[in-house]
Amino acid sequence: MKLKIVFKLRYLWMFFRHRGRLAALAIAAVVIAVGVPLWWKTTETYRAWLPVAQINELAQLQLQLSVEVEVVFSKGTLTAEHQKKIPPSNTRQEEHVVDETTRLRYRYETRYRTATIMEEDALNQSTAAEADISLHMLSESPSGSVVIYVVPESSTVLPEGVSVYVGQRRTALLRAGGQMRVAVALKEVLASLETWIKQVLQVMSFSHGDITAALSDRVRPGDRSREGLADSMRAFKSSPGYEITFSLLNPDPTSHLLHWDVEAAISSYIQPLLSKMAPVANFSIDSQILYYAVLGVNPRYDPTLNAYTLNADSLSHVINPVEARLGSSAASSNPVLNFLLYVPDSRHSPLHITDHRRHTVPSNAFSSPRWGGIMVYNVNASGTELPVDVHIDMRRVMGVFLPQLRLMLGVQSAAPPPGFLIGPCGNAGLADWELDRLMWTRSVENVATATTTITSLAQLLDQIGNIVINDNIAEQVSSAVASLQLAVGQLEVGNLGLAMQYSKEAILQSERAFFDPSLLHLLYFPDDQKFAIYIPLFLPMCVPILLSLLKMASEVRQRPGQGQAKKD
Amino acid sequence: MAAFRSNIFMLAFFLCGFSVFVTGDVQTNQMNVAETVFIDNVPTTETDASPPSVTEQSQTAEEKRLWEGTEVGTNLADGASDNKVDHVHDTMQATDAPPSPPAKDQTQRFAFDERIWEATNVEINLVEDAPPIRDKEADEADHVLDTMQTQDFPPPSTAKDQFQEELVIKPLHSGDIYASFQFRTQWDTDFLLGSKVSHYRLFPKSLGQVISKFSVRELHISFTQGYWRTMQWGQPFLPSPPGAELWVWFQDTVTDVDLAWKELTNVLSGIFCASLNFIDSTNTVQPSASFKPLGVGNVTDQRFLRYAVLPREIVCTENLTPWKKLLPCGSKAGLAVLMKSEKLFHSSFHSQALHIRPVCKDWQCKSTSWELRQTLNVVFDLHTSGQGKREWSLFKMFSRTLTEACPLASSSKVYVDITDNPQGELFELSPATPLVSQAVVLGDGRTYSVYDLTDHATFGQTHSLNVLLRWRAAESGEMLRPLLHGERYVAGYGLQTGEIHTLVYNNHPYRAFPVLLLDTVPWYLRLYIHTLTVTSKGRDNKPSYIHYQPSKDRLQPHLLEMLIQLPPNSVTEVTVQFERALLKWTEYTPDPNHGFYVGSSVISALVPSVVAMDTNNTQERPLFSSFFPCKEESTYFMRIYTEPLLVNLPTPDFSMPYNVICLTCTVVAVGYGSLYNLLTRTFQVEEPSQGLAKRLANIIRRLRGVPLLT
Repeated sequence: MKLKIVFKLRYLWMFFRHRGRLAALAIAAVVIAVGVPLWWKTTETYRAWLPVAQINELAQLQLQLSVEVEVVFSKGTLTAEHQKKIPPSNTRQEEHVVDETTRLRYRYETRYRTATIMEEDALNQSTAAEADISLHMLSESPSGSVVIYVVPESSTVLPEGVSVYVGQRRTALLRAGGQMRVAVALKEVLASLETWIKQVLQVMSFSHGDITAALSDRVRPGDRSREGLADSMRAFKSSPGYEITFSLLNPDPTSHLLHWDVEAAISSYIQPLLSKMAPVANFSIDSQILYYAVLGVNPRYDPTLNAYTLNADSLSHVINPVEARLGSSAASSNPVLNFLLYVPDSRHSPLHITDHRRHTVPSNAFSSPRWGGIMVYNVNASGTELPVDVHIDMRRVMGVFLPQLRLMLGVQSAAPPPGFLIGPCGNAGLADWELDRLMWTRSVENVATATTTITSLAQLLDQIGNIVINDNIAEQVSSAVASLQLAVGQLEVGNLGLAMQYSKEAILQSERAFFDPSLLHLLYFPDDQKFAIYIPLFLPMCVPILLSLLKMASEVRQRPGQGQAKKD
Repeated sequence: MAAFRSNIFMLAFFLCGFSVFVTGDVQTNQMNVAETVFIDNVPTTETDASPPSVTEQSQTAEEKRLWEGTEVGTNLADGASDNKVDHVHDTMQATDAPPSPPAKDQTQRFAFDERIWEATNVEINLVEDAPPIRDKEADEADHVLDTMQTQDFPPPSTAKDQFQEELVIKPLHSGDIYASFQFRTQWDTDFLLGSKVSHYRLFPKSLGQVISKFSVRELHISFTQGYWRTMQWGQPFLPSPPGAELWVWFQDTVTDVDLAWKELTNVLSGIFCASLNFIDSTNTVQPSASFKPLGVGNVTDQRFLRYAVLPREIVCTENLTPWKKLLPCGSKAGLAVLMKSEKLFHSSFHSQALHIRPVCKDWQCKSTSWELRQTLNVVFDLHTSGQGKREWSLFKMFSRTLTEACPLASSSKVYVDITDNPQGELFELSPATPLVSQAVVLGDGRTYSVYDLTDHATFGQTHSLNVLLRWRAAESGEMLRPLLHGERYVAGYGLQTGEIHTLVYNNHPYRAFPVLLLDTVPWYLRLYIHTLTVTSKGRDNKPSYIHYQPSKDRLQPHLLEMLIQLPPNSVTEVTVQFERALLKWTEYTPDPNHGFYVGSSVISALVPSVVAMDTNNTQERPLFSSFFPCKEESTYFMRIYTEPLLVNLPTPDFSMPYNVICLTCTVVAVGYGSLYNLLTRTFQVEEPSQGLAKRLANIIRRLRGVPLLT
């Protein structure tokens, strides 16, 4: 009994002896268990979940482009036994490592067959163009694919000295080489064909150079040639829509009264091209007339030509004062392609553009990369009564603007390799295979841009913890990632149209997520202000706790030492 | 931001509860004076200036023929390419000198009459064709009629759009000069049918894109610096409130009007370099009656109307430059040459506006065309700056002279108001011009000298036109008091409640007329609508129509529309009390002690005309024409704006949150420190030490050898 009481007293005594220590520990525990989580919870910025793993996967881009090639042998190109042994299909793959994060794989699926009777008939037309048209009537090939008809060497369809004819659609005619008759083994026949087919495909679908240029958003231009760089700089970057503006500049309405039937010209020259390019982007066309709009450079009088000249060196200064008048597009944020038709006033007329060697440029026009084109249209103002009515020959004007537009939109008209003959591109101004070629590069470019946008957004969000990620942003990022995966998948399958569509969606959604204003709300909240607010409370509260904890720790460390001393 | 801010507030609040109660030091400025912004002195002298003569269809034949002659001169440029019109012109010019016997066929006569009509009404069409108080059917019919009447004969050339420019200069009675530019572009195209490709010639592309993208039916935007002093200056041709005003009618195909409105304001703020992007739901209203469409069309459903005013908006050069850019000739030729910003903004009043509306293309009104009107109104104070000399010239006002018309303009004219100077005894105008035009403007017959810039003879030998006006008399005649006039001020003291007073004056001696009063008040002034009183002549004047839309905090403003009958020769006072709300600290403007603006109230009315007022004047008109006072111009539509209000709201000291945090944190730290010490320190009883006195005593005792004290 007594012992019990003594025991209890001992406990009490111990409690009183350590009371201060226990209190300090309890306060520290409350601060850590309640205070810190409360503070953490209330100062947290809302960050919705992002598909980081999938984004990281996209950062390592492995693109596979599949092209379906159909090789059709017409009569007289293969011997009978070869025809029997001919393999139904053949797959060829090329692998390229562009970058440590980007790999490309091209997959060509070649199918072989012999021509049907109707195709034989079509191939017996007198000219290649006619053959091309009648072949097209027979079958429609899906976008992205290529059909190559091998015609016998003796065929008269192809003109003399031409071994490949590239048609309006997705067909090409290939003259069977000389060695094909001689070659005995089918393998050799196919191998000799293969080199030609490779070249045809480089012209009609894509070349490695185009694809790497399209990847310029991801890949640093390392060893690319200057010319290739200039080529890729000329075209506008891929965008889901473009605004095309034709402006007629009339610097002196008192002397010239200009009439241009731009509406008819657009509908007959520009609109067919644009409606053909509808899968690539949306286009909207405007036209306007600007009065008292002058160029930024005073043209120089050249007595030898008896005309005023604008030198190529000074052309870069021409646009600036005009641009202020052009007005940006109020209705959308798509890039604007400007085409200016400048009619010089009578005091500076005629006006010619000269190149670096001081020769006049026959088209009298120039283009500015990623901006548009300018054409100078001279007028014979011989009328006595001012203002003179001038009707502008829109055929001439559009003949200049249409190729410029093609260049700006990225339709490349590279010189064909020797032995190639490119057929006329038809009334749309764009052959089907040209469109395919554009769509290959554009979808690859879109994928590249969208992946860089998404990955850099993910990086940014990762680095700056202050940014609020709302649910709608997370949703946009997820859908952009989903569309990207779909686009990559469609490219792999060789479904070009769908790939283009998904890549456009991906680029739209990724840009919308990247430029969402809600990301900026807390971005610039400075840390020093935060500390200025926290310090008056946290410093006086934490210092005693920390000190007492330190003291306790030193006591605990000392006590075993004391115990040892006692033992000794 | 929000999370962090709320955390700060939570922290502060928590600490307040924990230790001390801290009161926020809300500044309570003593405001005993009523915050009147502006009070006009009401001139009490009754004017009996005889109203000037009026041209009418029923004038004597001789006068009429003379008139035709002058009109022909002014209209020569209209249809230069048309043979028929030229022919008419030729015959008309024959009538110019002596009144030759009229040997014209019926169609020509018809054309004549129309020309006169057109010339006399060309100025008033914008203000006249929106009578909001009439009933609907009449309203629509009138729209059609009015807009049809405003049409010029379209020159039958291939051009589908045309451009007109004019400048009206009016010497005001206060000695100031009122210059009003109007540029009108008409474009025969149909945005409503939605063809995708758009080709612009004279119409600016940026505006065309805006119209077609947002499906705008009508757009009216104005930027004004300064307040129009109605009592000193009379009525403006185009009224506008101080700051920026924007009202838009959307087409009924628009599904989400609010979204379109939001995007439209953003685009317009880009086009005009103005802060129209501050227009949001808290300052946008949908008036039910005050703002009816001014163009053709029968959409009167207010769901498609949005109206907003930004009274704080400062108007300056950066707004003028994009506005000038919309003109086809820019500021390179024509009347726009005069617009030098350093002169235009060195003025008492500056207002630039832009109106887009559909109008009828021709008489049958089978198809519509778009009209873009750009107006610029300036009042120059040349009296004080001109060393007391009353004389002005174009060069003095604008530091430029006119050298040519805009070559694209089908008509380009300068009008100078010479109504008060019929015989030239009051002032002298040089160079003299033979062209005189009369028009009924705002219910008052005015006479103008006309300079036609498309005529080369106007520029004379010097190839430049510098209109100069020199006063002979020191004092001009009395001004006719404006029939309708409005004022507004805030009364009350303290920072809790107040009272808005709106005074509407009807100065007509014997006619009563109704007015529509529109008030938009921001949500932070909480109106007590039960305190709304309308009194005139000391008696309660019950409004016949009240449309009130209460505010929602941070969402929508108060909208109050009333139809009030104004008794003749009276002042009607509308008062309503309000309470000032406390804003959140992020809702204050950067200069909260400046006060908060409340937009002008809008008074729209059909005012009886001055011409009709004068029924006793029989000298200048035949008796048979003047018995019934009801005439075409018997009433005219007028819209006036009162002053914007500047109201002080209770403004906190903005360092308060941080002060509170620091103070409470210090208090908490002190309290916490002592509490912590109490809890963690152990206390031991210590032997009390000897007192100082005892110790001293002991030292002395030791020295003395006496036994020590214990």
